[in-house]
Amino acid sequence: MAAASVTVPQAEMPLSPAMRGKVGMWCLIVAESSIFCIFVVAYLYYAGKSVSGPTPAQVLHVPIFASICLFSSSLTIVLSEKAIHRGNIKQFGIFWFLTLALGVIFLVETGIEWHRLIYNEGLTISTNLFGTTYYSLVGLHAFHVTVGAIGLTIILLFTLFGAVKMEHAGRIGVFAMYWHFVDAIWVVVLSVVYFIAR
Amino acid sequence: MAEAQPIVPPLVITPEREGSRPIVQVLHDWIVTVDHKRLGIMYFCYGILALVIGGIEASIMRAQLAVANNHLVSPETFNQMFTMHGTTMIFFAAMPIVFGIANYLTPLMIGARDMAFPRLNAWGFWMTALGGIILYFSFVGGFGLYGAGSAPDVGWFAYAPLTSPAFSVGHSTDYWTIGLLISGFGSIATGLNIMTTVLCMRGPGMKLGRMPMLVWLNSVMAFLVLVAIGPLTAAQLMLLIDRYLGGHFFDTQAGGSAVIWMHFFWIFGHPEVYILVLPAFGILSEVIPVFSRKPIFGYNIMVAATIAIGFISLSVWAHHMFTVGMTSYANAFFVASTAAIAVPTGIKIFNWIGTMWGGKITFTTPMLFSVAAVAQMLIAGLTGIMLASAPFDWQLGNSYFVIAHFHYVILGVIVFGVFAASYYWYPKVTGRMMSETLGKCHFWLFLIGFHVTFDFMHVPGLLGMPRRIYTYEASRGWEGWNLIVSIGVIFQALGVLFWVFNVLKSYFKGKIAGNDPWDAWTLEWSTTSPPPDYNYAELPVVRSRRPLWDLKHPEDPDWKYE
Repeated sequence: MAAASVTVPQAEMPLSPAMRGKVGMWCLIVAESSIFCIFVVAYLYYAGKSVSGPTPAQVLHVPIFASICLFSSSLTIVLSEKAIHRGNIKQFGIFWFLTLALGVIFLVETGIEWHRLIYNEGLTISTNLFGTTYYSLVGLHAFHVTVGAIGLTIILLFTLFGAVKMEHAGRIGVFAMYWHFVDAIWVVVLSVVYFIAR
Repeated sequence: MAEAQPIVPPLVITPEREGSRPIVQVLHDWIVTVDHKRLGIMYFCYGILALVIGGIEASIMRAQLAVANNHLVSPETFNQMFTMHGTTMIFFAAMPIVFGIANYLTPLMIGARDMAFPRLNAWGFWMTALGGIILYFSFVGGFGLYGAGSAPDVGWFAYAPLTSPAFSVGHSTDYWTIGLLISGFGSIATGLNIMTTVLCMRGPGMKLGRMPMLVWLNSVMAFLVLVAIGPLTAAQLMLLIDRYLGGHFFDTQAGGSAVIWMHFFWIFGHPEVYILVLPAFGILSEVIPVFSRKPIFGYNIMVAATIAIGFISLSVWAHHMFTVGMTSYANAFFVASTAAIAVPTGIKIFNWIGTMWGGKITFTTPMLFSVAAVAQMLIAGLTGIMLASAPFDWQLGNSYFVIAHFHYVILGVIVFGVFAASYYWYPKVTGRMMSETLGKCHFWLFLIGFHVTFDFMHVPGLLGMPRRIYTYEASRGWEGWNLIVSIGVIFQALGVLFWVFNVLKSYFKGKIAGNDPWDAWTLEWSTTSPPPDYNYAELPVVRSRRPLWDLKHPEDPDWKYE
C-alpha cells in the first residue's frame, strides 16, 4: 500500500487559504445585505402608510455634503491600500486618517440631521411609521459606519505606533472591503429614503 | 480491510497525552479550545442536551393531550411548552447538531487542518450557547429579577400582535427575541466559516467536483444560513424597536402590518427547514454508498439538485401563509414554487435508491437509520405536496395534519439522519465502535415510536383538530387517536435512552475501531481515530471522489474513470 505517491499540480486551486479573509468578508457582506434588504423592503412597504405627519417630503433634506464625504472615503481608502502595497506606510497613514475623518464627518452630519428632525420637526422613532422606518434604516447604516470608524481608529492607532507593515496589506484590503460595502449600502439607503420614497 | 496502520502516517513527534490531569485543567482546555473537532463535539452535545429538554417539553404536551378534557397543565403552561419546544428544537437542538457535524467533518473530509477561522468558530459556538441560556433564563427572570419566571408563550414564530407590549406583558418575549438574535449572530459566523473553509481550505487535488456529498450539502446549507438568518435578525431588531422604542412596524393601530412579520419570519423560516435537512441529506449520501458498496449514483445530478433546492427554497416562504389570505397571484406563485421544490428532492430520493440498487447492502445500524430516513422523506414529501396546494391548505392549514407533516421531516429525516451519523462517525470521534445490539434496539424502538406517533397524528388533523389547543372535548372523535399518538412518545423516549446508554457505554467498553472500520472512501477515515489535533501530518493528495478507494486499490483507481 504505497502512501500518496501521486502528484497533482497545485495550480488548479484558484482559492487558497491566503484568500480566506476576502472570501469570509464576502460571506459577511452577503449576510449583512440580507439584513439591510429586509429593512429596505419594510421602508418601501410602509412608505406613505403613516396615519399622521410629518411626511418625508415635509422634513427630509438630501444630505448632499455628508454623502459626498462618505463616497469620497471610498476613494481615500483605495489610495491608502495602494500606498501600503507599495510599502509607503506614511502615505498609508495619511489616507487612512482622511478616510476616518470623512467617515466621522458623515456621522456628525447624520447627528445634526437627527437633532434637527427630533427637536425642530418633532419626528421621533415613535411618532409615526415614517419615523420608525426612517430611524431604523438610516440608524442601521449609521451603526455600520460607526463600527467601521472604530475599526479605522484602531488600525490608525496601530499605524501611529508603527505596528502596521507592508505585510499587512492583505488584512487592510479585507477591512477596506467592509468600508466599501458600507458606502455601497449608502447608495441604496440614500436613493430609497431621499428620492424613491420621498 | 481495516488495517492498523493509518494510510497517511501521523507525525511521529505527537506528544503523548498525559493519562490523568486535574479536571479543572481538562475543562479549561475545552472552554478555550479553537479546535474544530472539539467545537464540533461541543456543538453536538449542546444540541443533544437541548434535544432532551425539548423532548421533555413535547412529552408534557402529549401527556396533556392524551385524553379529552385533561387538566394536567394549565393553558398558560401549555402555551409556554409549545413555544419553548419549537424554539428549542429548531435553534438550540437541530442547528447546533447540524453545525457540530459540519464543524467536525468538513475540514477532515476536504483534507484541511482546521476551519478557515478557528477563533471565529469558537465565538460562534459560545454565541449559540449564550442564546440558549438567555432563552431558558426566562423561566426564572421572565417578569424581572425577582424569580417570578414566565417562559415565552407566543409560539415559535411569535406572530404579531401577540408580541406587542399590550399582549405580551413582562420580558419573556424579550428573552425569546434576544436569545434568537444572539444565536443568530453565532449561526452567521458559523455559516461564513463553513463557506470559507469549503472554498479556500481544500487540500491538494480536492476540486469542487471531487468533494464528498456531505461537504457539498453543508456548503449549500452555509449559503442558506448567510442569506436566511439575516431576515430573522432584521425582524427581531424591528420587534425590539417596537417593544422598547415605541416603533410601529407591526402595530396595526398606527398603520403597521402584522402580516409583514409573517413574511419576514417565513423568509427566514422556510430556508431554515432546508438548513436543517440538507446536512441530513448529506449524511444519507455518505452512509448509503458505503453500506451498499457502490459509489453514489449520479454525483453531478445530486450536486445540481442540492443547489436547485438551495435556490428554490428561498422563494417558497408564503406557503406557510395560505390561510392568512393572499391575492390569487401570490397563491399561484407559491403553490408553483413549492411544487417545484419537490423535483430536486425527488431526484435525490431516486439517486439514493439508485445507489442501493444492485449493491451489496449490509444493514448496520447507520444504514438502517438511513434507509428509514429515505422512506420517511418520501412520505413527508408527499404530504408536503398535498399541503402545497392552496385549497387543500385552506382546509388543513394550522391543523395536526401540518404538525404531522413537518415532524415527519424533522424527526423522520433530520433526527434519523443525525442518529445514522452518530453511529457512523462515532468510531472516528472516539476510536471505539458503538454496540450494534443496543443500536438495533434503539433503531426499532425509535422507528416504532416514530410511526405510532406521527403516522396516527395525521388522522386527528384530517378530522379537524387544530394545533395549539391545550385540550379538547370528548365526542369530537379525536381522543382515541390522540392516545395512540401519545403512547408512541414512550417508545421514542425509550429508544433515545438506549442511544444515550450506548454512547456512554461504548465510550469506555466499545470495541477498538481502528482507522477505517467501515471500509469507507472519504478522507476522514485515512487518519487515526480519534484524529490528531492537526488532522493530517501530510496533506493527502486527492485524485478522485473516493480518495481512499484509490489508495486501497492502486490496481483499479477511480480516477481512471472520472
